[in-house]
Amino acid sequence: MNNSTPAKSLAKPITSAANQLRVVRPETDNESGHAEKTHSTSPQSFSSESMVDARGVTKSYRRHKTSVAVLKGVDFSAEHGKMTAIVGQSGSGKSTLLHLLGTLDRPDSGEIHFANQRIDNLPARKRDAFRNQQLGMIFQFYHLLPELTLLENVIAPAMIGQSILSYFRNRSSILKRAKELAEMVGLSHRLNHKPSQLSGGEMQRTAIARALITDPKLLLADEPTGNLDQESGQSILQLLRNLNQESGLTIVMVTHDENIAMQCDALVRLKGGKVERLK
Amino acid sequence: MYKVLLCWRYLKTRWIALASIVSVTLGVATLIVVNSVMDGFTSQMQDRMHGILSDLVVETRATNGIAEPSWYIDRIRARLGDSVDGITTVVTLPAMMTFHHNGNAHTQQINLIGIDQTTYASVSDFSKYLLHPDNKQQLDFILKRNGYAPEREALQPSGWEYRSRVEQLKKDRQTELERYRQLQAKISEEQQTQIAKDSQPLSDSTTDQGADSQAKEDATQQAESNLDLLGGPAIQPIQNGGGGRVFDASVEQRIGIVLGIGIGSVRGRDAEGQVKDYFFIRPGDDVSIAFPNAGSPPRAIDELFTVVDFYESKMSEYDGTFAFVPIEALQRARGMFDPVSKQGAVTSIQIKLARGTDLNSARDSLRDEFPPSESYVQVNSWRDTQGPLLAAVQLETTILNVLLFMIIAVAGFGILATFFMIVVEKTRDIGVLKSLGAPGSGIASIFLGYGVLLGSVGSGVGVLCGLAFVWKINEIARVLEWITGREVFDPTVYYFDTIPTVIHPFTIVWVSIGAVLIAILASVLPSIRAARMHPVEALRYE
Repeated sequence: MNNSTPAKSLAKPITSAANQLRVVRPETDNESGHAEKTHSTSPQSFSSESMVDARGVTKSYRRHKTSVAVLKGVDFSAEHGKMTAIVGQSGSGKSTLLHLLGTLDRPDSGEIHFANQRIDNLPARKRDAFRNQQLGMIFQFYHLLPELTLLENVIAPAMIGQSILSYFRNRSSILKRAKELAEMVGLSHRLNHKPSQLSGGEMQRTAIARALITDPKLLLADEPTGNLDQESGQSILQLLRNLNQESGLTIVMVTHDENIAMQCDALVRLKGGKVERLK
Repeated sequence: MYKVLLCWRYLKTRWIALASIVSVTLGVATLIVVNSVMDGFTSQMQDRMHGILSDLVVETRATNGIAEPSWYIDRIRARLGDSVDGITTVVTLPAMMTFHHNGNAHTQQINLIGIDQTTYASVSDFSKYLLHPDNKQQLDFILKRNGYAPEREALQPSGWEYRSRVEQLKKDRQTELERYRQLQAKISEEQQTQIAKDSQPLSDSTTDQGADSQAKEDATQQAESNLDLLGGPAIQPIQNGGGGRVFDASVEQRIGIVLGIGIGSVRGRDAEGQVKDYFFIRPGDDVSIAFPNAGSPPRAIDELFTVVDFYESKMSEYDGTFAFVPIEALQRARGMFDPVSKQGAVTSIQIKLARGTDLNSARDSLRDEFPPSESYVQVNSWRDTQGPLLAAVQLETTILNVLLFMIIAVAGFGILATFFMIVVEKTRDIGVLKSLGAPGSGIASIFLGYGVLLGSVGSGVGVLCGLAFVWKINEIARVLEWITGREVFDPTVYYFDTIPTVIHPFTIVWVSIGAVLIAILASVLPSIRAARMHPVEALRYE
């Protein structure tokens, strides 16, 4: 796979989505500035290099009247430009932690910070915008939209982030970017195929391209190779590796495969609702 | 943008939802068909009701009528001013008509209406319902040579052609009868002499001769009844004009009368089931009419009239009872003519209003002008006269609309259920969209938009189907008749050859807006549910 040119292009702020990022950021600044006054966080205990932190996070789920504590005060930090792996047994709360980092869920207590701004207590609309603009997510089961073609799936986040008018104004640059991404993941020949016509590896590549369309700072991956055979899993991993190394994308990956985890820059294990740093 | 794209993709891939929208389509189509047929019937009926009736009627029940109609007419014109478009005077009477058919005298109750043929056409559509094309132009109460609705075979021959032929037959029958009588007289004379001759020698030939004469008598009777079938017996002329001069019916007519077609004909079916009219009175026949005079107590007077035309308003109530004669004839016969003032009394004054005049306010202002406490006239509009029937039709239309809208509401619940199913089916996609940063409102608007799209498609197709159905309704009725073997639309009942339809654009607009609204309402709940889904749970949904 020739990924030198697309990887370079990743570093450039090409899309208007990237421009929008700058519009959104001051708002989050205000919000978190507000939050900092009340909570008086101590950033020195966390590296200033950290991209996303969880500070004393707890989360429990209710199941039939009994409450199951999944996370019991988790401190976690993913450093800027690093690839961090979270491992643990099934049900240990890996995915829960990842969802909390991605603002898909809210912690019962504790705080989530993104680039030193608190994000877990933002209003729903701001969290939606945050997910859309700053985050990329990939999942074990790919989660592509079955009604849309590969290309449409890739540009879906850009469409969600923009009004119809601005979408049409930036359509050509978005499409150009989407095609670059598709080429980078090696699927430029299948742009008009529906997800049902793709293999698992291809679907995961599409999901990666989709996650990257808005030029996020952080990529959250929930067992991205969990459903793939050894070979395609390895190539997906290689793809993530390259993204991390060549464009400095911060990646947090949940996996239960120790081999994959060992390849990452940092490694934490979730056990009994607590986190233990392995690497 | 994703909302529009996803709406569109869902519409193209979720056929189950389109199936649920078929109920909306059917409901809308039915509403449009029912409304246009009902409107068609209503407007036909109103046209017909109004066809013979003028807008406003100033009438009295007094036997001798309004003695000085010109005074009333002046006051009406003064009161209503420019809104009077036409005005005429009328004498209306209950009467009994007698006519002869197949040798029997038939009587029938009718409403005898004396009209001023020069002005009556200005207050109603009366003349356009007449059968003879010349009478449609201007009614003159004179029997025409022929040409009464030539497309109706059952009515041919009629007019003078018919009248003179009937008279000829009557004359022929007279001469025939005369000849038979002479023959009979001659035979009996011969028999007398024969008996006288054969009185002495008693022979068995007597019985033979007796049987012979019996046979001859039978033949005579046979001939007579045959003639009855042809023309009926000669109507004994009731003296009218008189003066010793003999009335020759083959070239002269009595005072003209225009009968409602239902008085003179019956509609039925022949052996093959074809609709056939049978006329037992034709233009050219004489009928005798008994009606009360203007005296107190009223006495019945009898007059002969010659049928000069029929009218067919297709309102059975009018066609079966109304008979029109010239007003002066009635006034003179009843003694309503004042020789001093040269004015005839009338029983009602009929007014046609100018276009756009409010019927009820004009009526009320006339009621003001002629208050019941001071005058003996009543003021009514044609709607008052036919009020109960119009109200019944209105009620029927309203109830049908309510019922049919309930069908669409039922369809709405079908959509609701289908939408909930689709939201459940799309749970994971909703989770994905949320994880990509789509706000709840955006997700709700996907499903709302989907509802709007489905509703629009459903009601749009429904409108098209409904319009097509209305457009081809008579062909469809024919196909249904052919399949079921039962007549959907019986012309012997309705007097229509085709199903009348009227399409009001307004009806189509509100029916389709209503249907789309119901589709939207049905998609609100599922949309809210989709918007409120928790992203993590949605993503985990299997």
